[in-house]
Amino acid sequence: MSVTFLGMPADRPFSRNAARAVRDSQLRFNLRKATQAIRTRRASVVAEAPDWAGLREAGRAIKEHTLRNLDRYLIQLEEAVTAAGGHVHWAADAAEANRIVADLVKATGETEVVKVKSMATQEIGLNEALLEQGITAYETDLAELIVQLGDDRPSHILVPAIHRNRAEIREVFAEHMAGWGRPAPDDLTDDPAALAEAARLHLRERFLKTKVAISGANFAIAETGTLVVLESEGNGRMCLTLPRTLISVVGIEKVLPAWRDLEVFLQLLPRSSTGERMNPYTSTWTGATEGQEFHLVLLDNGRTGVLADEVGRQALRCIRCSACLNACPVYERTGGHAYGSVYPGPIGAILTPQLRGMGSELDRSLPYASSLCGACYEVCPVAIDIPSVLVDLRARARHPWPERAGMAAAGWVLERSGRLARLQRAGGRLRRFVPRRLPGPLAGWTDTRDLPEVPGESFREWWDRTDGGRR
Amino acid sequence: MRVALFVTCVNDTLFPDTGRAVVRLLRRLGVEADFPRAQTCCGQMHANTGYRDEAVRLARRSVAALRGYDAVVVPSGSCAAMMREQYPKLAGPSGPFAEAVAQVVPRTYELTEFLADVLGVTDVGAYFPHRVTYHPTCHSLRGIHLGDRPLTLLRQVKGLELVPLPGAEECCGFGGTFAVKNADVSAAMCADKVRAVLDTGAEVLCAADNSCLMHIGGMLGRQKSGVRVMHLAEILCSTETAGAR
Repeated sequence: MSVTFLGMPADRPFSRNAARAVRDSQLRFNLRKATQAIRTRRASVVAEAPDWAGLREAGRAIKEHTLRNLDRYLIQLEEAVTAAGGHVHWAADAAEANRIVADLVKATGETEVVKVKSMATQEIGLNEALLEQGITAYETDLAELIVQLGDDRPSHILVPAIHRNRAEIREVFAEHMAGWGRPAPDDLTDDPAALAEAARLHLRERFLKTKVAISGANFAIAETGTLVVLESEGNGRMCLTLPRTLISVVGIEKVLPAWRDLEVFLQLLPRSSTGERMNPYTSTWTGATEGQEFHLVLLDNGRTGVLADEVGRQALRCIRCSACLNACPVYERTGGHAYGSVYPGPIGAILTPQLRGMGSELDRSLPYASSLCGACYEVCPVAIDIPSVLVDLRARARHPWPERAGMAAAGWVLERSGRLARLQRAGGRLRRFVPRRLPGPLAGWTDTRDLPEVPGESFREWWDRTDGGRR
Repeated sequence: MRVALFVTCVNDTLFPDTGRAVVRLLRRLGVEADFPRAQTCCGQMHANTGYRDEAVRLARRSVAALRGYDAVVVPSGSCAAMMREQYPKLAGPSGPFAEAVAQVVPRTYELTEFLADVLGVTDVGAYFPHRVTYHPTCHSLRGIHLGDRPLTLLRQVKGLELVPLPGAEECCGFGGTFAVKNADVSAAMCADKVRAVLDTGAEVLCAADNSCLMHIGGMLGRQKSGVRVMHLAEILCSTETAGAR
């Protein structure tokens, strides 16, 4: 089986990527500031919701029900979209999805497309695949634009340029906008309003002359065949309405049974993602509107494999809000690039190894990119028990032999209380010889932390000697 | 009421003062705890590192050793969380192991749960004239939802000045083998926690978990910060006439 492609190289383990990231003071500062701001906003709009727990449970239940009946709802979706004048295509993997989209664009005779921010198209590396076919894809989400102009990679699901501050963004605009269209003004400052204005002028020109648009979707309603995109800028709506051909690439887990289910998710998603009561733009469309051609590409790319896993399948409930990224103390210190996938953070740590398998060193290391602190589970709007899935994936990972030996030895000692007691007595006698610095992988502890002092007497020795303190 | 102390392998081996403090504290409150000698480790390290078979063996041993008591007291939020969250999954739906889990786990209490929910005490008669800050630890906070129990107990300690810890709910970066497997991120997280602790001006950092304290205390010690770490039990055990241990 070919390895599922997730839009990023995966050649080094997480710990090595992370070790480099934690030393980058600019990255650390940007991330701390940004994640703390979103965290605070989210907390306040979640706290004010009258029954967040009930809403969360409804979200979980709707997604769970849909995934259990996915075959039925997908066919219903296909029928509804077709009845509304759209065309539905099925893609088993990234290569097939890219081929379908490239062929559809070529059939229009165009060589340029505008894009609505979409995780699915990043997952399959669509922009790169289109470029190979002579088609240029222009990102129109402000943060995606920053990433694209800077020849960078996204580091966050919702705010892909979270690792950049405004001074860096000014540089990217000043240097690279001209190569992609309307240049940035010569006197561009790092004032947010000036940066937004430069992007607006650059993008407006693009919207008005491009005939084909590509999007993803936050939700796909099986009942009516309606696709839904939530966004903040309105740039997505430009792409969805102006061009003559619209192609939407949507993961098969994005389907919802009925229009009324949106009631739940239109509350859960904005509060969890941007920390807003409601997002500024919600666009819905059903099939092809007059004068427009519409194609829906339904993407599997490893999802049915995940669906077959009893513990891991809950990851498919994800609505890509990125609350778990913003809450994660590991993500806050490493940023998204360390995860080697377009899906970083806690959700990435459970989704990537499931979609891509655990063949590479990086993918084997991802389930360990967590202290299991549980902050991700607590904020997840569809109650994905990420720590439990991480632990389950760890049990399936191949472990390095020194660790296996250490764990086996510890298991052997702990299996008999007499063995533990003998080890404790030996430790008590030899405690003066415990080195200040430990060798090998254990040096990771003593590089930055003292070891605790080994006591002369263990608890159980004390208990035996004093009859539990009674003598 | 027959009460067993599940002291945990970390406390047994490295922090016997905590175990002694629990025994003395309970005795002062009229509870004579047993120490079932067959106990060793709850199996959390193996379970959370991906060694399920070893974890199952240790979990099986633990419930066998603790079976038949009316209550089991654990001075560790993390080990209590392991038993409550993971034992039922490791044991499966039926069989002798599952039966033992069903017998033991509902009777298992983290120390402050036992004090607040079973004994119904908030003032344990402790005296500890120091400036103290409290780190809630992830598994105590989000695993078994200790809530206000530890703070309520600390507020009743005579002489104790309790100062709030900024960003208290954030993980300290210990995470068991995470501290070694992702040592750089772990240290980065710990550095922020240490900064928060120092900002409080406290002389003592306390928690309901010695593993997290070993980690934070290890860095406080390396920095010669002069702040010491102490398990909550040791503070609750100390009185005007007897020290913490």
